[in-house]
Amino acid sequence: MLNVGKIEEGFVLDHIEAGKSLDIYHHLKLDKLDCTVAIIKNARSNKMGKKDILKVECDINTLDLDILAFIDHNITVNVIKDGDIVDKKILVLPREIHNVIKCRNPRCITSIEQGLPHIFVLADEEKEIYRCKYCEEKAGNSSAW
Amino acid sequence: MRHLMNPLDFSVEELDKLFDLANRMEADPARYAHACEGKKLATCFYEPSTRTRLSFEAAMLNLGGQVLGFSDAASSSASKGESVSDTIRVISCYADICAMRHPKEGAPMVAAERSGIPVINAGDGGHQHPTQTLTDLLTIRSLKGRLGGFTIGLCGDLKFGRTVHSLINALIRYSDIRFIFISPPELKVPDYITDMLTEKGIAYEEVIRLEDCMPDLDLLYMTRVQRERFFNEEDYVRLKDFYILDKAKLSAARADMLILHPLPRVNEISVEVDDDPRAVYFKQAKYGVYVRMALILTLLGIEE
Repeated sequence: MLNVGKIEEGFVLDHIEAGKSLDIYHHLKLDKLDCTVAIIKNARSNKMGKKDILKVECDINTLDLDILAFIDHNITVNVIKDGDIVDKKILVLPREIHNVIKCRNPRCITSIEQGLPHIFVLADEEKEIYRCKYCEEKAGNSSAW
Repeated sequence: MRHLMNPLDFSVEELDKLFDLANRMEADPARYAHACEGKKLATCFYEPSTRTRLSFEAAMLNLGGQVLGFSDAASSSASKGESVSDTIRVISCYADICAMRHPKEGAPMVAAERSGIPVINAGDGGHQHPTQTLTDLLTIRSLKGRLGGFTIGLCGDLKFGRTVHSLINALIRYSDIRFIFISPPELKVPDYITDMLTEKGIAYEEVIRLEDCMPDLDLLYMTRVQRERFFNEEDYVRLKDFYILDKAKLSAARADMLILHPLPRVNEISVEVDDDPRAVYFKQAKYGVYVRMALILTLLGIEE
């Protein structure tokens, strides 16, 4: 069994679907941060069988939880301070996400208009469907940024 | 400031007010002949559309206003690479209201976000064409006396037909409507629409032959099988004549059934049907002007 040490301040993102930790790493732009990140893949989980875990040692205000909620709102977010869990964040689907994914509809105005953000709006909370604000293309048919 | 991007932007109550105003304009056009004096409508058409553009222009001229604009992207600054955002900021300095058609979906919404004047979506690619839907609703309401309590047949290209999808979405807000979708299997109404109808408990049927449902219909909405929606010419040629409404088929229809069509017609309605009192597609074009007049007046916030 692999052991990864505790972090002093930052986040532990637990219950990530196995194999998705690297996607989340990139979506949260952790590669751009100058901080320690531990990516644990295929850890044993009673609940999920296998899961991924991300440990990020950073200022707790640097993480965009909206993006995380959009990617997978079942992820557990533990906030760590002085080596202890001080808070557990409940992720809720954001009403809108900006520049997280790109609209892939070639007929959408976002494909030609300079400086226009790619905005997706929560169209159906129950089915977790996001649609492009401009052309209403489903997010499932859209690509990562 | 209010814009019109989607036919559902207006509530049922707001639409009732708009349609009442359109009917008053129809009854007494002289009363509104100077309502927009001193106001200018910009028609920004990045792709050609004779009917829609002329209908908007006629609407503004009928209200005593003036019109300026362009009718294709080549004659606009878009050909020099100007963004929609920049164009609308400039147009906002020249006009009081803008009707925009654009081949890119969502372009009028981008314009509305940056605009200093009300923007009307006059068609954005295969996405929305709200004033066509308002025209259809006004026609039905004026000639049937109600929106609801009828069986409507939608015939032709139900897969790609933007006007059909919009009309269905607008009609489901009214009660007791039954839909009959008449199309070849290749051009069936998309699953997301039939799923939505099932979910809402709205009655619908899908049939292949126009003759199979003709006696049941209170309204028949015909559509064109558009060449530009097909990837190859062979499919287009094979399907375009699938559903042609002629006198023989019409003989099974009710005496008070109405035939609507967003136009342009190619050959899906035989010209011999034009003189039938049930054929109201040219009246529909007239209602298109009244509804745009009512819309311009409403968005400009001009009191009667």
